[in-house]
Amino acid sequence: MAKHTLSVLVEDKPGVLARISALFSRRGFNIESLAVGPTEHEEISRMTIVVNVESSPLEQVTKQLNKLVEVIKIVELDPGASVTRELVLVKVGATADNRGEVLDVVQLFKAKVIDVASDAVTMQIVGNDGKIQDFLRVLEPFGIRELVQSGMVAIGRGSRSISERGKPVAVPVPPAANA
Amino acid sequence: MSEQQGAGETLTGAQSLVRSLEAAGVTDIFGIPGGAILPAYDPLMDSSIRHILVRHEQGAGHAAQGYAAASGRVGVCMATSGPGATNLVTPLADAHMDSLPMVAITGQVGASLIGTDAFQEADIRGITMPITKHSFMVTDPAEIPTKIAEAFHIASTGRPGPVLVDVTKSALQSQTTFQWPTEINLPGYRPVTRPHAKQIREAARLILESRKPVLYVGGGTIRSGASKELATLAELTGIPVVTTLMARGAFPDSHPQHLGMPGMHGTVAAVAALQKSDLIISLGARFDDRVTGNLDSFAPGAKVIHADIDPAEIGKNRHADVPIVGDVREVLIDLITTLRTEQDAGNTGDYEGWVAFCAGVKKQYPLGYDAPADGGLAPQYVLERLGAISGPGTIYTAGVGQHQMWAAHFVSYEQPNTWINSGGLGTMGFSVPAAMGAKVAMPDHTVWSVDGDGCFQMTNQELATCAINNIPIKVAVINNESLGMVRQWQTLFYNSRYSNTDLQRRSRGDSGAEPPSVRIPDFVKLADAYGCVGLACESPSDVDATIQKAMEINDVPVVVDFRVHRDAMVWPMVAAGTSNDDIKYARDLAPQFDEDDL
Repeated sequence: MAKHTLSVLVEDKPGVLARISALFSRRGFNIESLAVGPTEHEEISRMTIVVNVESSPLEQVTKQLNKLVEVIKIVELDPGASVTRELVLVKVGATADNRGEVLDVVQLFKAKVIDVASDAVTMQIVGNDGKIQDFLRVLEPFGIRELVQSGMVAIGRGSRSISERGKPVAVPVPPAANA
Repeated sequence: MSEQQGAGETLTGAQSLVRSLEAAGVTDIFGIPGGAILPAYDPLMDSSIRHILVRHEQGAGHAAQGYAAASGRVGVCMATSGPGATNLVTPLADAHMDSLPMVAITGQVGASLIGTDAFQEADIRGITMPITKHSFMVTDPAEIPTKIAEAFHIASTGRPGPVLVDVTKSALQSQTTFQWPTEINLPGYRPVTRPHAKQIREAARLILESRKPVLYVGGGTIRSGASKELATLAELTGIPVVTTLMARGAFPDSHPQHLGMPGMHGTVAAVAALQKSDLIISLGARFDDRVTGNLDSFAPGAKVIHADIDPAEIGKNRHADVPIVGDVREVLIDLITTLRTEQDAGNTGDYEGWVAFCAGVKKQYPLGYDAPADGGLAPQYVLERLGAISGPGTIYTAGVGQHQMWAAHFVSYEQPNTWINSGGLGTMGFSVPAAMGAKVAMPDHTVWSVDGDGCFQMTNQELATCAINNIPIKVAVINNESLGMVRQWQTLFYNSRYSNTDLQRRSRGDSGAEPPSVRIPDFVKLADAYGCVGLACESPSDVDATIQKAMEINDVPVVVDFRVHRDAMVWPMVAAGTSNDDIKYARDLAPQFDEDDL
């Protein structure tokens, strides 16, 4: 089993997410992380899907995904040639006594404090999976009260863009049969 | 999204829907009205489209499938929201498995009621997502023409399949304009039909190098209309041909190169040819488990050329040495051209020993059956005579089970689109409504629905539709008074313990009285009640006369109750999950191959 990151360009239409997630579950795959959002093109959304799977069944899922009418393009991002980021919001217990230690950790990881209460600090961190795991491990002793994590987003390095290709070709419709 | 043609005129969404269906070339619809779809049925009264009022929405769906399979045109069915729509689930799944072009129009509750568990509300789009090629929900009446045009385009191009268009009642009732689109914009839908030249060259090289090739012909060959090209390639090369259950008729059964149907109930020759081949040329087939048996031991020495319009089929079950994405007909045309050029340069394949081996197996292990010792009627004999008397051009539909296998084997198919059955999903009850649809599409052809008595009781209410709407199909019920295929498995694998497969009452009642000798139901009386002619036949000597009589009745549907020997089994057989090498020619009888010839 290995981790694969798929970038999927889809038409921004209702039901697309349901179609894609259903396809994964129907073929017996567990989605590890999923992030959806708008792109530089108004009508196109981009999904970043992380799955843990052998490569041959992944090929079958990719082909099945490609068959979905609203899926425009699928690219598997090579970890070496792409940048990945996740965002985590985490709340830890911290009183006046140990708040300083927590703030040290924040500074060390270039994280950010986004809320402070008398007995808690809430932070955000942005990074790749490794950095986030390290951050959380260091915070563990303070007592993590709540944690929320975004899906991973990823982008290829270099100057090329994923959507670089010709304008989609419209298909002519036969004239009305009764015209 | 799309450029429009002509000036729009104001009408209701319902009128726009009917206009759109007319514009898409629809001439026949099978359906049942109900609350949410009701607005569409009003303009339908004034339309050129013939709407056939069925008795159950499942019948509408299978009729649309039969219509599509017989004619190659898109089959259309219509139903209301909720239960009307959910009754279409089985036909949609069936059409999805067997790649039939079909558009299902369903009414949906008004847009403001969606998600409120309103009366007759069902999320039919969500329910059918995994069993449709695509689906739309239309809440804006202005989108109706575009969505209908897109639905027909998607259903009929690439690998055909069912498309659902769910239209809210509010959209049907609102005022809108009608403009038929001139083009479709589906950026994510670009089916590849032209095969890659490099792959064709590579395939031709393998074909010429091989010594034991087989043309493994699947349903895609029928859907792409490639029978002529297939015959050309087969005759150009002399390579033996097997046709799967979905491809019966793609290559004439009378052709000497044809080895029959492969698979679990395939002919010994077809199964052996695949098992022992060194090159399988797969044309629109998908290495289904019913063909391959245990996949690991399937055709162990064979390389594979896999041509299919759907890239996801290639390499799904069996590794493809030469994958070719493309329409089977175009693949064949290119292969023929390439192989002809090679032939002109003196390069031909050497298949002499192989062809002789296959012909030998075919001769040694022909399809056969034993006549019942008690003088009863052999179901195989009924099918044999049915095929012989009805002649070529007759369209046959079948349900699922023993009768389906016998119909696939013992009728000789000479033309494509004359054998219509539920192959992938295996839907009992498919036959009668599919025959109805086929007859509507091809009114000049004789249409025989071959059915089992179990299947027949699932959908025979459509006989009423046929009788009332002048759709004179003929039904041959192969009546063995049981769920025959399941019973066969119980005989073979469950020590003849017949749990719940007997469709008649046989045991004594609590009072100890003899069970009544009446058949429940009596199919002859049932036919009569439905305004059809009912005939019965229980003796081999009456078979010809009964079929002749049925052939002479063309003004009303005919149902023939063929009361056959109930212990007849389907042979050959490869037990589920075992290797195709373990095929049995008859019970406990394995074929012996003389492989010294190879």
